[in-house]
Amino acid sequence: MSKKISWLLIGFFLLSIAMPLIAKAADIAPDPAGTSTGKAIDVPAAVAGSPTLEELAATAGHNRVAINMMWTLITGFLVMFMQAGFAMVETGLTRAKNVAHTMAMNFMVYPLGMLGFYVCGFAFMFGGLGPIATMGGFNGLNHEISITLMGKSFGLFGGKGFFLTGQGYDVAVFALFLFQMVFMDTTATIPTGAMAERWKYISFFIYALCVGTVIYPIYGNWVWGGGWLAMLGQNFHLGHGHVDFAGSSVVHMTGGVIALVGAWFIGPRIGKFNKDKSPNPIPGHNIPMAVIGTFILAFGWFGFNPGSTLAGTDLRIAVVAVNTMLASATSAVVATIWMWAVRTKKPDPSMMCNGLLAGLVAITAPCAFVNSVSACIIGIVSGVLVVEAVYFFEGVLKIDDPVGAISVHGVNGAWGVLALGLFADGTYGDGWNGVAGTVKGLFYGDSSQFIAECVGVLANLVYIGLISLIVFKLIDIFVGTRVAPEAEIEGLDVPEMGVPGYVGVKMDKFSETPFSK
Amino acid sequence: MKMIQAIIRREKLEAVKQALDAIHCPGMMVWEIVGHGKQKGITEQYRGREFRVDFLPKTKIEIVVSDSKVKAIVDVIIKVANTDKVGDGKIFIIPVEDAVRIRTGEKGEVAVS
Repeated sequence: MSKKISWLLIGFFLLSIAMPLIAKAADIAPDPAGTSTGKAIDVPAAVAGSPTLEELAATAGHNRVAINMMWTLITGFLVMFMQAGFAMVETGLTRAKNVAHTMAMNFMVYPLGMLGFYVCGFAFMFGGLGPIATMGGFNGLNHEISITLMGKSFGLFGGKGFFLTGQGYDVAVFALFLFQMVFMDTTATIPTGAMAERWKYISFFIYALCVGTVIYPIYGNWVWGGGWLAMLGQNFHLGHGHVDFAGSSVVHMTGGVIALVGAWFIGPRIGKFNKDKSPNPIPGHNIPMAVIGTFILAFGWFGFNPGSTLAGTDLRIAVVAVNTMLASATSAVVATIWMWAVRTKKPDPSMMCNGLLAGLVAITAPCAFVNSVSACIIGIVSGVLVVEAVYFFEGVLKIDDPVGAISVHGVNGAWGVLALGLFADGTYGDGWNGVAGTVKGLFYGDSSQFIAECVGVLANLVYIGLISLIVFKLIDIFVGTRVAPEAEIEGLDVPEMGVPGYVGVKMDKFSETPFSK
Repeated sequence: MKMIQAIIRREKLEAVKQALDAIHCPGMMVWEIVGHGKQKGITEQYRGREFRVDFLPKTKIEIVVSDSKVKAIVDVIIKVANTDKVGDGKIFIIPVEDAVRIRTGEKGEVAVS
């Protein structure tokens, strides 16, 4: 038997060295260095290999759009991964007995927000956008519902693109939808941190459907969809209108304000405040998870900010990316030093993480419009701002925010757009929101830009504050908001989700609740 | 027969176990406990707020032996678990009425030797 196998193996060996000899001279040479792959023949042409100028121009234009669309999609994928970052940060900073519930909220907000945005949110936000300039200029999203006040048109929300059908079934629209959807989901997941550890899952579930359909898209239309905040420049000569490059106000301040209203509405966790209203700390159960989550968010932010050019051919992306990085660094360091030297004499790890995130939130609006020194300064301010805001909301306003969502996203989201109104240096943004010239802030000669940013902040506070209050109140009437005290003390995993998040891990669940003196 | 209950620092467990093995201690039970004596607790902080942790982690070793072996075991534990600092722990000696070896049914001191 082994003799037969030996002959078989010898036969295969001889065949393998004979094959190259049998091969004919018609073999094509391979290209290991890549210097001869891709030639004129690859340009689509009537006469293959000899394209006309028109054919060449068409291909160049198509390739330009392709670069921009690839950029938009791939940075969108990065932002999608931030959902994992938020999940880790929130779960790490809350208690072990609630992990299944906290994770399930952060998980479910992704599909629910997406579907709400798909059904009508995207249409409300971008239905009146106009041409998608960087990806071919398709102008199917051209129906904005407006009212006329003082002789000017105030765009309120869009009316095209529901279910991405009709004129919505276009490749540029689809790319835009994906990119904008992951931004919406970033907003959607912020309040789950502020309301964690006592939120009924059914109440959260309905909220998640509301945020993608009505809460987020309306304000988003006002700033990014061609609505009235964007038109403050054209209509009232306030700079270039309310400018927000990647969403300090549209995404983060919106999320922070919903979080503020929600945390106030749902009330503090049992044991958080004593009878004299002094706060008790409730330590998170997994600092490593929180730190890893912060790095995942920082990585995803490289999609969030540079991707907002919607154009890989817009080389300002290099400036955007570096500004983003620098602000995160100064903010993290300053927040750490502020805790270490000024506040508690210890460099608290969770505040380090909040510090980095605050810098990222604050630079999100101005990242395309400022120089690197300004980016560092913006981060320095946000580092102090986030720490003091945590003390303020907890110690002064007595609002329980387990993860610092209000301080990181709400406060620094507002600071971000105000910083744009101060530090925009006029090197970018010609024609933004239909106003000629580049975007300049107060320190570079245009005080009206700062005023436009203030208007946007106020509009956010009022609209998002009101709509989220209405939504939470309505949900509360139908299904309630807060779990029963027994469930909260035992841990939400089994009563709400049916399974413990950590099976077989010893937890003294009842001692994790501070005693309210 | 006596039960020796020794409450020691968590990090001293391995040293105490090896020393007891060296004098042929017949067996032991180990519990992870929290508690405090005069040492009281410590102050930790989280996100800028201080809080007291009044119960500190300790290890409790329980050994049931015949009376003749008690002194040797207690001396060894004191020698190895001592760090001259507050919080080293305590040893309690409790009389045991009877002991039974489940496998054979033996009773009395022969069950713990």
